[in-house]
Amino acid sequence: MILTAITLGFILEKVILVSIILGGSLGIAMYSTWAERKVAAVMQDRRGPNRAGPFGLFQPLADGLKLFMKEEIIPTLSNKFLFILGPSLAMLMACMTSAVIPWGPNIVHADGSVFTLQVADINIGILFIFGVVSLGVYGIMLGSWASNNKYSLLSGLRAAAQAVSYELAMGLSLIALVMMSGSLSMREIVEQQHGFWNNGYFTWNFFKQPLAFVIFIVCSFAELNRAPFDLSECESELVGGYHTEFSSMKLGFYLFAEYINMFITSIILSSLFFGGYNYPGMDWVALHVSPLFVSIIGVLVLLGKAVAFILFFMFIRWTLPRFRYDQLMDLGWKSLIPLALFNMLVTGAIILAFQK
Amino acid sequence: MPYTNISTKAKQVDRRPMNFMERIYLPAIAKGLKITLGHIFQPKATINYPEVKRPFSSTFRGLHILNRDEEGREKCTACGLCALSCPAEAITMESAERKTGEEHLYKEEKYAAQYEINMLRCIFCGLCEEACPKDAIYLTQTFAPSNYDRKGFIYKKDDLLIPHPSSKN
Repeated sequence: MILTAITLGFILEKVILVSIILGGSLGIAMYSTWAERKVAAVMQDRRGPNRAGPFGLFQPLADGLKLFMKEEIIPTLSNKFLFILGPSLAMLMACMTSAVIPWGPNIVHADGSVFTLQVADINIGILFIFGVVSLGVYGIMLGSWASNNKYSLLSGLRAAAQAVSYELAMGLSLIALVMMSGSLSMREIVEQQHGFWNNGYFTWNFFKQPLAFVIFIVCSFAELNRAPFDLSECESELVGGYHTEFSSMKLGFYLFAEYINMFITSIILSSLFFGGYNYPGMDWVALHVSPLFVSIIGVLVLLGKAVAFILFFMFIRWTLPRFRYDQLMDLGWKSLIPLALFNMLVTGAIILAFQK
Repeated sequence: MPYTNISTKAKQVDRRPMNFMERIYLPAIAKGLKITLGHIFQPKATINYPEVKRPFSSTFRGLHILNRDEEGREKCTACGLCALSCPAEAITMESAERKTGEEHLYKEEKYAAQYEINMLRCIFCGLCEEACPKDAIYLTQTFAPSNYDRKGFIYKKDDLLIPHPSSKN
């Protein structure tokens, strides 16, 4: 990591970057709700929202406005402080993960100064992500406990158990990846996947660690509390799950946090396994267009990959039925964790064999 | 007592434990995705209602109208047969006698001073149409538009009468 002198310009640069990233994630999360409804609709031979604006594109705005106008209800017997802290924490943690993601290649100005498209290139990026993701479940737990409702409490219990079980497998699957790349920095891992083809083999981690990818994506479904692992909010058993008692923008925060998490997870998936902002033929492009455009194309490539993942998350949600609770635990503890350990073992053996 | 299967459609549930391919779920997920993704390209079942309307069959029975003759006189004589035939008891009327000088308004000596159909009670069976001896009531091809209160669904004589042939607009 390069130590940078903290100047006013540096702070300004980061503030602008953070604002753009936060605004962008909020916008993408907003339109994810629209996309989710459209995807659900076309899969069920329906049309989906099409009344507000062209193709229903103003539907998220209408939904947001509605949430703001709704009456705020705080149950009398709830713990008021924690009741408000829950959704705030969920939202905060959802937004925090974006800090370590490299959004695009560095922009090198003519005078040699570098503009990094990353808020913080910390050398333990992956650890940071895991830390924040595990804190994210506190939002659900606190909110569900504080609302003093039996269904919410059950949902909170499920969410906590699920998060703990799947975080293990998620972490173990990534250890194989980290062993291979030898770094915990997100920027470093993405840079290693430069291009698409190198020395007769794919550079993207997906082709080197397919098993780790499968484990990771299954675990991210569970971490996101999305179908088929949406046990913490399953409507058929728990009314609304942890957000049963929430109304107005506090409910909005929970729903929004879920979609921001989905976007960030898609970004992480594409950064770790699908080369982030790298794409086939990027060296040729770098020779022929200006550096600014190279960065813009890189960012667009990353966003394109993320959108593909978001759509995949949605396709899965509207295809699969929900797992039963014991099946969920079985899958996590008896299948994914041993598989991840096996993958680690094989990766270690191969690394050792190649070193000699 | 052994369970006897009455339905011919019932299928025996396969209760064998899952084999390896089933336990890794992924082939089943791919199969499911194939089905759902295939539906993206299928025609939509929904009709964009206010813009596109579904065609009705030629025998569709919708809102009622009260008919006039060629000179624009009301045909209804308030005999009450429609109200009598109505299984939902949706029709009420009040009769009145035609005065001299009103011959251009009403076809016969007796007419309906008031005529009401409650569209929330009506089942659109068309029995009133069949009962009418004067061909005065008919069911059309439109249906009652939505309304905010129940009163709006009680159609008065003015709502039901077809426009006078002289008032062409």
